[in-house]
Amino acid sequence: MAKYKAENERDRCVACGVCVSMCPRDAITIYKGCYAVIDEETCIGCGICEKNCPAGVIHKVLR
Amino acid sequence: MTKQKTKRWSDYMWIISATYFALGFFNIVFAWLGVICFMIPLLMAILGGGKGYCNKYCGRGQLFLQIGNTLGWSRKHVAPRWLSSPWFRHGFLIFFLFFFIEMIWLTVQVANGIESLHETIHLLWTFNVPWHWAYPVAIEPWKAQFAFGLYGIMLTSLIVGVILTVIYRPRTWCVFCPMGNMTQMISKMKAK
Repeated sequence: MAKYKAENERDRCVACGVCVSMCPRDAITIYKGCYAVIDEETCIGCGICEKNCPAGVIHKVLR
Repeated sequence: MTKQKTKRWSDYMWIISATYFALGFFNIVFAWLGVICFMIPLLMAILGGGKGYCNKYCGRGQLFLQIGNTLGWSRKHVAPRWLSSPWFRHGFLIFFLFFFIEMIWLTVQVANGIESLHETIHLLWTFNVPWHWAYPVAIEPWKAQFAFGLYGIMLTSLIVGVILTVIYRPRTWCVFCPMGNMTQMISKMKAK
């Protein structure tokens, strides 16, 4: 299991989909156009989504 | 490190967006195509497609990614947090709708002969920029007025979006994009 994972602030997420297109593991989906959902099992905590999120609401955190 | 993702046809929508802006520079009538950018996202959201337009097909957003990531013209600093706050997003939507209604109102007045055709582009909600060269063949004045008005709105969002891409991250515009906000509100209402 990876040391880190990505966490999303769902109430601030704008569901633009940048993280979905950037995730190298395809671990992120947009739930019904509302917010991004990260599959913790698939996520390796690389932090690419955090670096690309225009709203700055995805965070790389320790598991 | 990043896995190369296979490109799909929908990854090239930025070319269509760039073409749109180029065409409007030569003939303003093409600005009417912008109606598609307003109708499709809303229809997709209403019909249960969520923010599929923003996520896959928005040429504008892809254009910002091309400028910021492919060309590298972006500092890639995260934007101030208030930009994604509900009050700013909704406030900007109201601000945007005000100018949209004003544009429609001017079109109606031109259609009724109260106002004459303004061959200018209203940029950044402030400046009236001459654009008469893009009107080579006269059409019904109200149709031309709508085209000038819509192109001004589209170009304004492009300019703001590019500036934000350079200063902050690509697609920072999407954080408070009025269309994105509306489609997200529709999606949230439907998801309840």
